[in-house]
Amino acid sequence: MVRKLKTSRRNFVVGSLAAGSAFISTRKAISSNTDDKAITEMQSWNSELGDGVDANPYGYPSEYEKHVIRRNVPWLTADPTSSVNFTPLHELDGTITPNGLCFERHHGGVAIIDPKKYRFMINGLVDQNTVFDLSDLSRFPRINKLYFLECAANSGMEWRGAQLNGCQFTHGMIHNVLYTGILLKDILKEVGLKNSAKWILAEGADSSAMTRSIPIEKAMDDCLIAFKMNGESLRPEQGYPVRLVVPGWEGNMWVKWIRRIEVGDKPWHHREETSKYTDLFSNGKARRFTWEMDAKSVITNPSPQAPLSHRKGPTVITGVAWSGRGKIDKVDVSLDGGINWLEARLSGPADSKSMHRFYLEFNWDGKPLLLQSRALDDTGYVQPTKDQLRSVRGENSIYHNNGIQTWAVDSNGIAENVEVS
Amino acid sequence: MLKCLSSFFILISLFVFYSFAYSQPLGLGRPATYNEVSSWDIDIRPDGKGLPVGSGSVIIGEELYTDNCASCHGDFGEGIDRWPELAGGFDTLDSEDPVKTVGSYWPYLSTVWDYVHRAMPFGNAQSLSNDEVYSITAYIMYLNDLVDEDFELSNLNFEEVRLPNEQNFYQDNREDLENVIYSKRCMKDCKKEAIITKRAVVLDVTPEEEDVSDNSNSNEDDIVKTVSLDAKLIKDGEKVFKKCKACHRIGLNAKNGTGPHLNNIFGRVAGQLEDYKKYSKNIKKMGQEGLIWNTETLTSFIENPKKYITGTKMNFKGIKKSDELEALIEYLSATTIIN
Ligand code: HEC
Ligand code: HEC
Repeated sequence: MVRKLKTSRRNFVVGSLAAGSAFISTRKAISSNTDDKAITEMQSWNSELGDGVDANPYGYPSEYEKHVIRRNVPWLTADPTSSVNFTPLHELDGTITPNGLCFERHHGGVAIIDPKKYRFMINGLVDQNTVFDLSDLSRFPRINKLYFLECAANSGMEWRGAQLNGCQFTHGMIHNVLYTGILLKDILKEVGLKNSAKWILAEGADSSAMTRSIPIEKAMDDCLIAFKMNGESLRPEQGYPVRLVVPGWEGNMWVKWIRRIEVGDKPWHHREETSKYTDLFSNGKARRFTWEMDAKSVITNPSPQAPLSHRKGPTVITGVAWSGRGKIDKVDVSLDGGINWLEARLSGPADSKSMHRFYLEFNWDGKPLLLQSRALDDTGYVQPTKDQLRSVRGENSIYHNNGIQTWAVDSNGIAENVEVS
Repeated sequence: MLKCLSSFFILISLFVFYSFAYSQPLGLGRPATYNEVSSWDIDIRPDGKGLPVGSGSVIIGEELYTDNCASCHGDFGEGIDRWPELAGGFDTLDSEDPVKTVGSYWPYLSTVWDYVHRAMPFGNAQSLSNDEVYSITAYIMYLNDLVDEDFELSNLNFEEVRLPNEQNFYQDNREDLENVIYSKRCMKDCKKEAIITKRAVVLDVTPEEEDVSDNSNSNEDDIVKTVSLDAKLIKDGEKVFKKCKACHRIGLNAKNGTGPHLNNIFGRVAGQLEDYKKYSKNIKKMGQEGLIWNTETLTSFIENPKKYITGTKMNFKGIKKSDELEALIEYLSATTIIN
């Protein structure tokens, strides 16, 4: 009985291999002398019953995926309540970031808000100062939009040179989520804007009472008041029950746990738009209101935390690209540190101001590589090198580092974060 | 024909419903009351809009700052550990190591008032009165050598104050300055060579990948287990403990922060943790005289820290609600049992 089961299973595996692809020849070479015990031996999962339904009323990833987690860099900040962790980009594929892996940045810890006590207020230069509860908000027309959120400080530790060995740490302050929400302009129209309305101030309900000034043109364009991410309620760490979505603009403006919008005629120049999120040049002067996120890309595999698992032969390079100004038109990949470039293939659902996924398949000769990727957006902007950025801005900037990333891959497939001439 | 007609009616009624649903205003929400707006509308602008009537002095500010802010930001605003610096850094902005503080970098004083009022002290935000914020703001100016020690700040002289770096900010000019340069897409022989100039492994600052094999939820504060204690109360207490988290940690790998870690706090002698170097004289003294942490002593201390131990460095106003206090003590005792 058992034996019969084994044979029939083996037949099945061979059959499916034959129906497979160009990889067959390499496979044969490895497994022809000895049988693969993963196939010839009975596995427990093949005979014993597994958990029933409801073992996890809210499901988790496989227990073999426990290493796929957000991580932080403890030396960066004084305390985890005023800190950041990073999305494990090197473990993900496609274009959507799973909710539990979206990086977190808090300025006073995660606010836990009772939805029954949630209120959203609009006041200032409007016809009527108004309070909404969640039920009111749900009665506005809803839309669904895919957007990336990138912290302006993403890659900020890399301004002066290669520092952190892993794309989770160099590029992981980004996530890409399908939001369900209502257009902010619908709510602003509802309360009636005065003619003098030029700016809004968005304010959070957390213990940092986060605030940012946003010009009215953006507020009346594509900003969302969002309550769902990838279909389910926002996670607490992403602003449950309601957050602001400011497509294409720096993540800090996407105020989480949003409780109020004030309409005014001038910007507020609050702490997060003066002390922080301004770009210091080497002459001591600083740029402010640098809201848009420039086109950027990174190869996620291979990368330092995700070496190539094989030697020479068919090899897939993949990564992500995005632009705060629109769609990604093309992504180019270089294998030789930027001397020559090949156009990569884009795949997967992607919108304007969302992440795009790219792939480049090639036959690796097993020699060391200097991998780079370069994004081009539909405004004609070409992702610059880090040297280009530094030649304009100097080395004292923190934010808006969208320079081209280089991974040096050695003949064993191990990748390292480097910069090249 | 009849069928056609009826679908025509359905169409009409659909259309009516649709346009009704989308014509604004929808009449959603309700007017905010005066008190509601003034409770939440606390923002201040550089032109003084939003600033409440009030005043405060450097002298009073010094005391308030020492009690509420110095434990993180340092006596002189120099910043302890990695907590932010608030003073100094003049003439460093164009150097290799710029130090951005209120004095060296911030363009407007209103930002200090607004931020301290809305977000500080960290973990006990919006606990300061308007006059206290005026005093502390005046004192931060004093720490930055911007005013003398007899200075008083009020809503009346606020707009006269200018910070030194106000003029050194300009609008985003990436469009004209940079985007025009970043427009070439070279595909072949774009440069002569590519030689490695910088390497991350030289620095070796990347965090090690920790072992997550046995517990995906390895948060240090999550190890509380119930041992014949009131589980609900402990859960409530864990929530109350958030008020302490800015300064104290509990758990397997808990370290000292602004305050000592609180593992095994039940039965511990006050002020005697060896690896915590920042105790006040008085807490050490009371420990030597026999103060041991138990339900009674913890309750009295946490209810009003400064009253129970005069001169304590624990800058916390205390927990007055008895149910919160009871839950917190239960939580502290639960963590003692398992540690
Ligand atoms: C428990 C530690 C702690 C205490 C006590 C504290 N702060 Fe802070 N302070 C912080 C942290 C953390 C931040 C940064 C918060 C963030 O992540 O945005 C900060 C930021 C600030 C900033 C902005 C600094 C910058 O460069 O942008 C000012 C100003 C400030 N605090 C003033 C005060 C004042 C005044 C008090 C006392 C009333 C105080 N703080 C008490 C921890 C503390
Ligand atoms: C702003 C920082 C801060 C906050 C918030 C805070 N503490 Fe403290 N705590 C301290 C400091 C600093 C000390 C050391 C006191 C001294 O040296 O006088 C301390 C001491 C203690 C001690 C005595 C420890 C020992 O070794 O003897 C206990 C118990 C304690 N705190 C409990 C709490 C609890 C419970 C809370 C929350 C309800 C809390 N603290 C909130 C800073 C803080």
